[in-house]
Amino acid sequence: MTTTAQAERPAVRKSPPGAARGPRRRTGRIHRVGLPYLLLLPALLLELLVHLVPMVIGIVMSFKELTQFYIRDWGAAPWSALDNYKVSVDFDAPVGEALLHSFLVTVAFTLLSVGLCWLTGTAAAVFMQDTFRGRGLLRALFLVPYALPVYAAVITWVFMFQHDNGLVNHVLHDQLGLTDKPSFWLIGDNSFVALLTVSVWKGWPFAFLIVMAGLQNIPRELYEAAALDGAGVWQQIRRITLPSLRPVNQVLVLVLFLWTFNDFNTPFVLFGRTAPEAADLISVHIYQASFVTWNFGTGSAMSVLLLLFLLLVTGGHLVLTSRGRRSAS
Amino acid sequence: MTTSPMAPPRSFLWSRRIFLTLLTGFVLIPVYVMVSSSLKPLADVTGAFRWLPSELTIRPYIDIWSTVPLARYFLNSLVVAGAATVCSVVIAVFSAYAVSRYDFRGKRVFTVTVLSTQMFPGILFLLPLFLIYVNIGNATGIALFGSRGGLILTYLTFSLPFSIWMLIGYFDSVPRDLDEAALVDGCGPLGALFRVVVPAAVPGIIAVAVYAFMTAWGEVLFASVMTNDTTRTLAVGLQGYSTLNDVYWNQIMAASLVVSVPVVAGFLLLQRYLVAGLTAGAVK
Amino acid sequence: MRSIRAAAAGAVTLSLALAATACGGGSATGGGSNDSPKTLTYWASNQGASIEVDKKVLQPELDKFEKQTGIKVKLEVVPWSDLLNRILTATTSGQGPDVLNIGNTWSASLQATGALLPWDAKNFGKIGGRDRFVDSALGSTGAEGEDPAAVPLYSMSYALYYNKKMFADAGISKPPATWDELVADGKKLSKDGKWALGMEGSNPSENIHHAFVFAKQHGADFFTADGKPDFTSDGTVAAVKQYVDLMAEDKVIAPGNAEYAQNQSVSDFAKGKTAMLLWQSASANLASQGMSEDDYGIAPVPVQSGAPGTGKQVNSMVAGINLAVFKNTDNTDGATKFVKFMTSDAEQKILNKAYSTIPPVKSAQSDAAFATPATTVLKDTLANSAVALPQVADESQFETAVGTAIKGLFADAAAGRPVTTGSVKAALEKAQQQMPAA
Repeated sequence: MTTTAQAERPAVRKSPPGAARGPRRRTGRIHRVGLPYLLLLPALLLELLVHLVPMVIGIVMSFKELTQFYIRDWGAAPWSALDNYKVSVDFDAPVGEALLHSFLVTVAFTLLSVGLCWLTGTAAAVFMQDTFRGRGLLRALFLVPYALPVYAAVITWVFMFQHDNGLVNHVLHDQLGLTDKPSFWLIGDNSFVALLTVSVWKGWPFAFLIVMAGLQNIPRELYEAAALDGAGVWQQIRRITLPSLRPVNQVLVLVLFLWTFNDFNTPFVLFGRTAPEAADLISVHIYQASFVTWNFGTGSAMSVLLLLFLLLVTGGHLVLTSRGRRSAS
Repeated sequence: MTTSPMAPPRSFLWSRRIFLTLLTGFVLIPVYVMVSSSLKPLADVTGAFRWLPSELTIRPYIDIWSTVPLARYFLNSLVVAGAATVCSVVIAVFSAYAVSRYDFRGKRVFTVTVLSTQMFPGILFLLPLFLIYVNIGNATGIALFGSRGGLILTYLTFSLPFSIWMLIGYFDSVPRDLDEAALVDGCGPLGALFRVVVPAAVPGIIAVAVYAFMTAWGEVLFASVMTNDTTRTLAVGLQGYSTLNDVYWNQIMAASLVVSVPVVAGFLLLQRYLVAGLTAGAVK
Repeated sequence: MRSIRAAAAGAVTLSLALAATACGGGSATGGGSNDSPKTLTYWASNQGASIEVDKKVLQPELDKFEKQTGIKVKLEVVPWSDLLNRILTATTSGQGPDVLNIGNTWSASLQATGALLPWDAKNFGKIGGRDRFVDSALGSTGAEGEDPAAVPLYSMSYALYYNKKMFADAGISKPPATWDELVADGKKLSKDGKWALGMEGSNPSENIHHAFVFAKQHGADFFTADGKPDFTSDGTVAAVKQYVDLMAEDKVIAPGNAEYAQNQSVSDFAKGKTAMLLWQSASANLASQGMSEDDYGIAPVPVQSGAPGTGKQVNSMVAGINLAVFKNTDNTDGATKFVKFMTSDAEQKILNKAYSTIPPVKSAQSDAAFATPATTVLKDTLANSAVALPQVADESQFETAVGTAIKGLFADAAAGRPVTTGSVKAALEKAQQQMPAA
């Protein structure tokens, strides 16, 4: 941190207006060529400290046998070559099988959640493009789930999903009589539905926000021209709104995908340390593999595999979208 | 579409009405549960769920402060999130300015690297980061582990990539002529940044600040490992209501509400900047 | 430009150096020292009704200690949900408390990390000798044949708490002594929205404690004599099935208990929603929820048949809290003095009374406070029919794996799905394969 502070200070000191007037030639050159690097330095150092170096260490850890016998002095932990990876991807054995299961659950969950978030967000934004009475209020209300701190929001859902004293069972069972007996939402198979509900509730306003912003960049003339051509509202949405949103959607879906896939807070607050099998998201699964069973080597190997997968998806996404853009232009 | 010459057809109006009504219900029910349960006596929240409290009481709001040291957690969260926000915004402004206004070698590498950190699963660098902090502490005496400083450093880095990315977009939309004029007038590059670009980018900067604050206020995983009794933040502290010999749902709801009010109120006040900032920045 | 490049290179070197030292491990200083003889940090587990209650109980005692020795003790009460994680991070980093509480079942697991000071004869000598402690409590302080990693602080055992009025209303004259009786009584008690028995179906540790006792009663063990996991023997499968069947087959536990993990079953009992509770030292907890001691009775946990005793008649685990010294402490002498203080007769009486636990120190047990009918049941159980959980390095993994498997079985039972010998065996098989290969 000291380095950062020192790096920043000279940059700021040189800033008063007039200081740049007639400086010695060398400083001038540093300014011109070096300034961008100087401006980037704090961000770069922090990223190194908090993201990149720890990631490298994490990768190193994944090649070690880091169990309770070695965590105290893990320089002494023996190298295990690819053992941690072998264990993780041996899908016939329980550890690998559980990881694969968790991975598939996460993929299904992420696809559904991102899809629903996007759909809800887009629909709401499109419906609210027109002004009508109460629009401002509604817009504010819709953003509340996004603004709430995760733990406060999720803990409310935990309360609602309680078997004996929750709202969900009260409505579905006691009031509507849809189920013959109160269901369990936080254990067993229903937990997937519970997790998805909370995730969509919490995530869709972000899609709404971004799409709303994107809509404002669509030139109004397009709609006017379409209206003159006799296109109705539905056709305008299909022909103008949705295609114009494509670049926004490409980024939005990727960001939502990465956030949902890596989400730890929601399942952790919802289910605690050990998630039910049906909702065993990969981040909690790895957390359990590392912290609850004290096997940090295997946990790291699983994280590295996860990272590789996300790299692949992101890379693929970038290639596909940039190709799409090129062919469009 | 506001000036659309044709009135929208009934099918559109009805779909809109139905959709928005359902969505409002979905959004508001948890909020209602939070508010109403926080005003219920304990008996109401341990038995079968009831929509209306049997009697209204503010008891939970009094008890939450003594059941767990909520005030201290609150202060910790405020300090951590506030400092992380300020630092994050300042650093993001510098970086975004550099990327937006200068051509230099490694520019693309920088943006790609920073953005790609969004991909990292937090769990991968949780333990290594913790070890780094401990080692910095051992080597230099700067306590990062268990201190607010360590959390501030961590959280500001979490919001940095998205903030930089958004501000690049926003700065790009501020006409270059403006800062070039300032440069001609004798301002240094940083003078131009602070006197011209930053004032023109206020909505974007507010949007970034809101995002950074929310990120720091809501983080659970790192807070659970990197804090201790004195530096615990709300995210971890709130779990204290259910480690007792009963689950005081009314107090949990009251505490959730209390910790949410500052962020939600701030967010709603500033949301128009957020939309404006996103419009000009990220989605352009 | 060159200076920038140099700065960048410096930053990278610095980061890599940090990385290297980080890889070098947290704590090379093995032995501990006496660098700061005037202060101690103490992590206490959450024993009372709340963390604030614990602070109120412990602070006066810590003040007493400061008066006697001049050593200031900084207290932090750590919630159970955090305790193991906090110990783990402290172990990894070498930055932790000087003295700490551990759940006694973790003793062997934590011993294996080498982070705790071993209690050899010399160290025991400093606190009055090993003989001061009850044998059963010492049996849960680390792997057999090694010096204990901790000393016993509070002892507990399971007992059957029953609501006298509900029993009388149902025409039951005495608490059940066998599981058959419990189920028969349970059928009489489970009606009108009330249930016979409470459980914490989503709490892995509680599940383990009960499953372990059931296994003992079936003459089985979860580990072989040489410490290998053996979860799928006929005895263990039958034991787990019998436990889960209390909900699935016998229907004496409310299905809702399958998602309990935060002591809701205790408050259900205190509120008269359930007639029976299997719990360790619940008195203080029940009192704090307004249940008078006259309202409930305490009996030994049921057995398969006959009376509680050794072997198949075991009816509790040796539960308790141990006190350990962190090897990295910079105040070894002070820490030892503190352990001596906390295990002294006087403190043992005060603290165990406050927490309604049993002192693991023989000479403190004679106090009249531990001779009430309630504590006598607990004391007798500990002395005659309680067995320590396996003292193996993988114990904490075992708790997680099997405890979680049973949580899943309870979820099945609650959802009305059949729980069969086959499904129990499959769940345990899976748990066993998740255990470390070594």
